[in-house]
Amino acid sequence: MIEIQKVRKSFGPLEVLKGIDLTVAKGEVLTVIGGSGSGKSTLLTCINGLEPIDSGKILVDGVEVHAKSTNLNKLRQKIGIVFQQWNAFPHLTVLENVMLAPRKVLGRSKAEAEAEAEKQLKHVGLGEKLSVYPNRLSGGQQQRMAIARALAMGPEYMLFDEVTSALDPMLVGEVLDTLRMLASEGMTMICVTHEMKFAREVSDRVAFFHQGIMAEIAPPEELFGAPKTPELQKFLAATH
Amino acid sequence: MFNYSFRWNQAFQSLPDMLAGALVTLEVAVLSMILGIFFAILLTAFRLSGNPVLKGITTVWVEVARNTPALFQIYMAFFGLAGLGILITGWTQPNLGFAVDLRLSPYIALLGGITFNNAGYLHENFRGALKAIPETQTRSARSLGMSAPQSFVYVVMPQMLRISFLPMTNQFVWAILMTSLGAVISMNSDLFGVTNNLVKINFRTFEMFAIAAVIFYVMTKVITLSARLIAARLFRY
Ligand SMILES: Nc1ncnc2c1ncn2[C@@H]1O[C@H](COP(=O)(O)OP(=O)(O)OP(=O)(O)O)[C@@H](O)[C@H]1O
Ligand SMILES: [Mg+2]
Repeated sequence: MIEIQKVRKSFGPLEVLKGIDLTVAKGEVLTVIGGSGSGKSTLLTCINGLEPIDSGKILVDGVEVHAKSTNLNKLRQKIGIVFQQWNAFPHLTVLENVMLAPRKVLGRSKAEAEAEAEKQLKHVGLGEKLSVYPNRLSGGQQQRMAIARALAMGPEYMLFDEVTSALDPMLVGEVLDTLRMLASEGMTMICVTHEMKFAREVSDRVAFFHQGIMAEIAPPEELFGAPKTPELQKFLAATH
Repeated sequence: MFNYSFRWNQAFQSLPDMLAGALVTLEVAVLSMILGIFFAILLTAFRLSGNPVLKGITTVWVEVARNTPALFQIYMAFFGLAGLGILITGWTQPNLGFAVDLRLSPYIALLGGITFNNAGYLHENFRGALKAIPETQTRSARSLGMSAPQSFVYVVMPQMLRISFLPMTNQFVWAILMTSLGAVISMNSDLFGVTNNLVKINFRTFEMFAIAAVIFYVMTKVITLSARLIAARLFRY
């Protein structure tokens, strides 16, 4: 369970998160929508402790992410994250990209890590690309590789930050299919997305962020069917 | 007025000795590069550590290495410790009345001096290379649970070394040429030292130094060309 309690966060004078309260249960798929600069990415990087917070608390399975005593490297093993920009390690092959963290962080043997990496890469449809360098992959393939790389750590939570928004429209589908597959397998996920159709069909709940505030949160039929706040109505009208 | 007669045969008799010297030169250059890369990585880690004392060490090292003559750096490596030795004996045993000669052997001093110079320049190469590696690489590594040192060693450093591979070969060439500065600290087993010594015996000054120059040229050319070949094969991404 991820519990976000009264979280505030500023970058200098700019307050980006203005008191967020949100709980994501095991097995839930939450999508987050909202305008540019509303704090969606920041929230994700706060959840895995890449960014500090100013006040409030984030608990992952009861462990406080930003407590001094928390071993973040250990906690991050159960929180996978995939970013908008592709960030394959360019000096490693696809297989090595996926094997690296299990070997160095979890101490897996080469054979174990290789078997697991192969399994995850096949799972996301990259079984043919194991020994290729990332610069030979399309954007969609790079994103799926990043997903496999995160999954190889055996995470219990997956955070996705607009993983399709830097892709050609042609390639969006294959990545969304991968996310759908994960959701149907019961993975707990928080997906920041601009794909409303995807949010509608895959989410248990959808949260709408506006200027650092979570303005609305509801199951998709309700949120898309009967938006309460004028901000969400405007946002939905603009994205239709 | 030109009464120097060339006697190449006599000079070529010294070729085996000179080639042996070339081997020593190569050895010093290779060792100074290995050590130089090691210290440059250490200086880089110091700079990134955020600790003001460690950062200061990097700044001083890099500034001195890049803004003073290499000759001076090698000279300091040779005689510097002697000065320190006098200071220590004078401080601990004021009545002793003698100083221990703590000069390093010319070989070690030359290696030390060139290593110092290499590390300074390589640090700057590394700094440039690091700028080309996006911050998201570290973020991705950290979000996979890697510690900061792990992210640096397994993700950032390999990319840094690849980007600075060709600048590193330039420094390698420079290291080979710097071995000739060993002359000021009576280093006599390297190519320049051997040549210099033989000239004192056979007086074939021009021929000997011409041959030495050709050997230097061949060594550095072979290095730059093979570096290019290696780079083309190695860096397929
Ligand atoms: N490291 C940073 N330093 C300073 N300001 C930042 C930093 N990261 C984000 N911001 C600012 O915080 C605000 C929220 O950014 P965030 O990336 O969380 O928005 P977002 O909702 O993800 O937007 P988008 O849909 O464009 O990705 C923005 O105004 C952004 O410029
Ligand atoms: Mg964002």
